[in-house]
Amino acid sequence: MYSEKVMDHFQNPRNVGTIADANGVGEVGNAKCGDIMKIFLKIEDDVIVDVKFQTFGCGAAIATSSMATELIKGKPISEALTLTNKAVVEALDGLPPVKLHCSVLAEEAVKSAIADYYTKIGREIDFDLGCGGCCDHCDHH
Amino acid sequence: MTEKRYVYADNAATTRVLPQILEAMTPYYLEEFGNASSGLYSYGQRARAALEDARARCAKMLGCDAEELYFTSGGTESDNWAILGALRAKKDKKHVISSSIEHPAVRNTLLRLEKEEGYEITWLPVYEEGIVRVEDLEAALRDDTALVCVMYANNEIGTIQPIRELAAIAHAKKVPFFCDAVQAVGHVDLDLHELGVDLLSLSGHKLHTPKGIGALYIKKGMWIKNLIEGGGQEKRKRSGTENVAGAVALATALEYMCGEEGKRERERILALRETLIDGLLEIPHVRLNGDRTRRLPGNVNVSCRFIEGEGLIMWLDLMGVAASTGSACSTASLDPSHVLLAIGLPHEIAHGSLRLTLDVDNTEEDVEFILDAVKKTLERLRAMSPLCQE
Ligand SMILES: Cc1ncc(COP(=O)(O)O)c(C=O)c1O
Repeated sequence: MYSEKVMDHFQNPRNVGTIADANGVGEVGNAKCGDIMKIFLKIEDDVIVDVKFQTFGCGAAIATSSMATELIKGKPISEALTLTNKAVVEALDGLPPVKLHCSVLAEEAVKSAIADYYTKIGREIDFDLGCGGCCDHCDHH
Repeated sequence: MTEKRYVYADNAATTRVLPQILEAMTPYYLEEFGNASSGLYSYGQRARAALEDARARCAKMLGCDAEELYFTSGGTESDNWAILGALRAKKDKKHVISSSIEHPAVRNTLLRLEKEEGYEITWLPVYEEGIVRVEDLEAALRDDTALVCVMYANNEIGTIQPIRELAAIAHAKKVPFFCDAVQAVGHVDLDLHELGVDLLSLSGHKLHTPKGIGALYIKKGMWIKNLIEGGGQEKRKRSGTENVAGAVALATALEYMCGEEGKRERERILALRETLIDGLLEIPHVRLNGDRTRRLPGNVNVSCRFIEGEGLIMWLDLMGVAASTGSACSTASLDPSHVLLAIGLPHEIAHGSLRLTLDVDNTEEDVEFILDAVKKTLERLRAMSPLCQE
């Protein structure tokens, strides 16, 4: 059901954990629907120097979080903001259709963490956050 | 390196075909392969004799008459036939009472009748213990109640329902009673004449036959409409060329599972279940789902907080354990199992459910192995969970 890449990221997730002095933290999803992703960013000079995640969710949720963190690590914020759920899915060699919402959540988690950073430094949030799990996403996807 | 150990602990999903069962049925593939309805020549006659012998042996183990047993393709067909057949035989009554924890084979059949044919369904609650209460059935019965359907034992949490009492209540109001006993037959003491139900379904692959054979018990005097039309096999009630090998397998399986050896096995499996439950409950934030004593001997179902079931099952597979979950992520829908919600679990706890079902092949070593695998898997998944603050 899952690609080898998904299984690899599920079994050996990259960047699991928290960052004590993170300056951007984003959390999306909710426990009711069965997935929550939390992303911690350490940003210096608008570059993501470190990233960690915690995920409550299925195999695809874990794999997409892991892949999303890999794709933005060491990148400037401007580049991280262009990360799409489609790019995460492609990097994982595809996801089953019922699991696509996990990749949406991963994209939104990254954006939400960057938004948190913007708020902290007093910069205006000039990008779309998606619904971030605030909507009824159980029925939504 | 030694060969990797793998423990199959999903016997509620399906079971291994036991060698003696395969052996008993094989001649009906290789030699006596005749059509049981081709009675003009000896091949057909011998197949017919084998079929009727199998029926009589099944009936003996179930405590009914051979004439009351009809072979089908399995549990789903028997469930559909019992419900649709009973309701179509009684078209003026449009109310059905069932439990809120039925298998989809019953639940979805009833939901469709509700949606498309104007039936009204009352879903009896099961409370935290996962068991229907007799007084709730009594209160739900109406003059237009056509049928009561309550399963014998639940497939997820293994809870055993008070079928005999429930059937008596329904009969007092002259309402027929159908029981889906797919999970129970072969695993609990069950005598059809004592039980008093009018219709009962069972399936072979839950008791070590190959998939594709089951039966429906239709009590003498109970009349239901046909579901499948065709060549008029099974006394014109269930068409389709008879599965002689399957019937022989079912008879052999029932004799084993309901016989002396099978009963001894149940005691052994029950002890394994208790060890497994005790071990799981020692892990922090793990709770047992469903009544601890009124449950199938091999069923364990727990909820593990802070984690989601699909990841748990995938990790357990990598560790060498086959198990299942009622989490939404294991299905196409995003809602967790209706059974876990019916016993009052909040969504987030229902998502972390784990079902382990033991059977005749399982050993004490398996239980130890499972406990170790579950502990390690939970540690791992909880370490990456944002909900777990420890
Ligand atoms: C309680 C119950 N009813 C019905 C069925 C369906 O049986 P079958 O797989 O033989 O169609 C199952 C099997 O999962 C079951 O557990």
